[in-house]
Amino acid sequence: MITLGPDEMARYPFLAESGAYLRDAGFTLEQFGTDPDLRRLLDGAEERVMAAARGEARRAGGAGALSGDAATFEVFSFLLAVVLLRMAGRPSLVRRFALREAMEAERRLEQDLRHIVPGRDAASAAGGRRRSGEKELAARIVGSLTGVRIVASGDDAASGATFAVPVADYVERSGRFHEREWKLVNRGVSAGLVRLTAHEAIRLVRAELGNHISSSILSAKAPPVPPGLEGPVGRLSAYADRHFPRPVAPKDAADPPCVKHAAAVLERGENLPHSGRFLLATFLLRRGRSVEQIAPLFRNAPDYSERVTMYQLNNLATKDGTGYSCPSCDKVRGQGLCFATPECDGIVNPVQFGTRAAAPPGGG
Amino acid sequence: MVGAPRSAGMREFGYQRFNSGMVRHLSLRTAGELRVMLVQNAVSDAYCSSGYYNFPDLPMADKDWQGADLVFDIDSKDLALPCRAGHTVLKCAACGAPFLPPDGAGEGPAACPGCGSPRHDSRSLPCRDCVAGAKKEVAKLLRVLGEDLAVLPEDCAVYFSGNEGFHVHVDDERFRGIGSGARGEIADYVAFRGAVPERFGMARSGAAGLPEAGEAGWRGRVAAALLGPKSARPRLVREAKAAGYGAFAARLAGLQPSLGARIDRNVTTDVHRIFRLPGSLSGKSGLAKAPCGRDLDGFDPYRDACLVDGDPVDVVARSPVRFRLRGRGFGPYDGEAVTVPRFAAAYMICKGLATAPPRPPAPAPR
Ligand SMILES: [Zn+2]
Ligand SMILES: [Zn+2]
Repeated sequence: MITLGPDEMARYPFLAESGAYLRDAGFTLEQFGTDPDLRRLLDGAEERVMAAARGEARRAGGAGALSGDAATFEVFSFLLAVVLLRMAGRPSLVRRFALREAMEAERRLEQDLRHIVPGRDAASAAGGRRRSGEKELAARIVGSLTGVRIVASGDDAASGATFAVPVADYVERSGRFHEREWKLVNRGVSAGLVRLTAHEAIRLVRAELGNHISSSILSAKAPPVPPGLEGPVGRLSAYADRHFPRPVAPKDAADPPCVKHAAAVLERGENLPHSGRFLLATFLLRRGRSVEQIAPLFRNAPDYSERVTMYQLNNLATKDGTGYSCPSCDKVRGQGLCFATPECDGIVNPVQFGTRAAAPPGGG
Repeated sequence: MVGAPRSAGMREFGYQRFNSGMVRHLSLRTAGELRVMLVQNAVSDAYCSSGYYNFPDLPMADKDWQGADLVFDIDSKDLALPCRAGHTVLKCAACGAPFLPPDGAGEGPAACPGCGSPRHDSRSLPCRDCVAGAKKEVAKLLRVLGEDLAVLPEDCAVYFSGNEGFHVHVDDERFRGIGSGARGEIADYVAFRGAVPERFGMARSGAAGLPEAGEAGWRGRVAAALLGPKSARPRLVREAKAAGYGAFAARLAGLQPSLGARIDRNVTTDVHRIFRLPGSLSGKSGLAKAPCGRDLDGFDPYRDACLVDGDPVDVVARSPVRFRLRGRGFGPYDGEAVTVPRFAAAYMICKGLATAPPRPPAPAPR
């Protein structure tokens, strides 16, 4: 665990255990709902969740030191947002919030790694000391959340890299990126270290930052909603229900067991092989579901990217019927994705499941 | 001769019985138990996993994988050496006769000179050049592992595989827990596979930052191979720039087999594979999987992995190719009864090129 000063806490509020922090601050949740002075922080928290739900980027700037008041606002609005999210119990809001906060954390970590501190006098001795401290803090945060050891290394002219991570840490994560420049063979590697720029080093652990934030929200039980918090909790829940209806997970009797299995694997947040994702997408498209309805099913995948998923689904959808039809039962079996039940008798393609065509030959 | 590998208690063992199937998913803890298993089961080939498990004797899904050595497999048959056709023997699937492939046919289609059947399988009696070629690949691999990945020499064990190549087992705790995809990245790295021109200072928009010979890793090696010695560099750089992106990409791809270590990627990415146990004999050759020690150059598998004794034995030998073992030449033999040291008999029998002589009539009971 990392101990942070108040200013550092404001930049990385997700490192705090929110319940304990609020308790230690001496406030009860009711007070935030009722005390007019504290109400400002609660409003900030609600707005922080709503901005994420609306997909707004965080405003630029804000890195580096914050004045005492602003720092307090940063920390409390984050921690209260976590409390509101737990009470609202809407995973769609949690995912959006975690994504936005992870992007913010990513930006700050990268800036700290580069020791850029906007608004500071670069020449001042105090400034210099602080900046190297921030660089070290960023590396420590990454290390404690992900186990990846970022070390400063000399400038690498060929790549512009000034950092390095151990080869094993790198190759365990670089597979997420499909661009050829992320292949180990296209990296500067020496003495067991892979050279990276500050941006690349943080990019390498982005998924883990997001997972850390969302799992810390989802792992705690929702506290009862105290008086004064019903308003924000109700507004957030209503917003989520209106804008993010639950995905149409294939669970009904009309869907074949292979498709239900694939959807369940994704819902649990486990990795479904490409062949399984292909089966799920082509099947649902064939059954007339829209790309917008299908995309949310993939949200829990460990390597989820909204942009890539939409692109791929659109690609499948436009070619549906000509190029990409739903794979045959034979193929699905061969991929280890078949979980046939007696209802599957007589079909050769999952799309026939539950239709007349599925009646056993001979009409028996 | 068979020694227990490190962390033997967490590994899966298996063996193949003579003329029988494979027995897997065994666990054992001591070298003593290992010897008992080998003796009791008349084992020809014994195997041990590169992986470590909490429950090595359970089915794969329940073993609870904890990690694995990083293993590289180099096989002389993958090197496409010109000598190979000269020491490949085809064995007729119909009548069992061994014969040499017709000139230039290699391991391709050929009819049995005895019975005319087109069906046959092939076996190779690798020559010195094959061994030297495979060693060269091992040396390239060890250099990249050491210089770039900082693997210590004492964590690398090089073994003659028992038949046609070498296995390099790396027991380095940094890599023990990494998954299959990550191992594939390391395999591609040592093989210099997938390199893009941009990394070597050549973009579609032009050249900037071509590598210098003194640089670390692949940039340094590519500089030495493509841009030559210092005296030739200005001219070679000029030519490379003039030839442009496409030509540079082609030259980079052309460098891959000579710069990269030619390894079998599938072996490195398989974290559940079992490998021949060091010290055990290969049923394909009668030679042992043997540690090469520090002096790879001085290691001769036909001397140092030939562990069967030299007592004279009688066999009927049909080896159209001559071979050397323990400094002695044997063959060619054309179906004649010969008396040879047991190690030579074992080698030929394992290659399917000799049979035990017909039994003499049993002496009359007294
Ligand atoms: Zn024949
Ligand atoms: Zn040869």
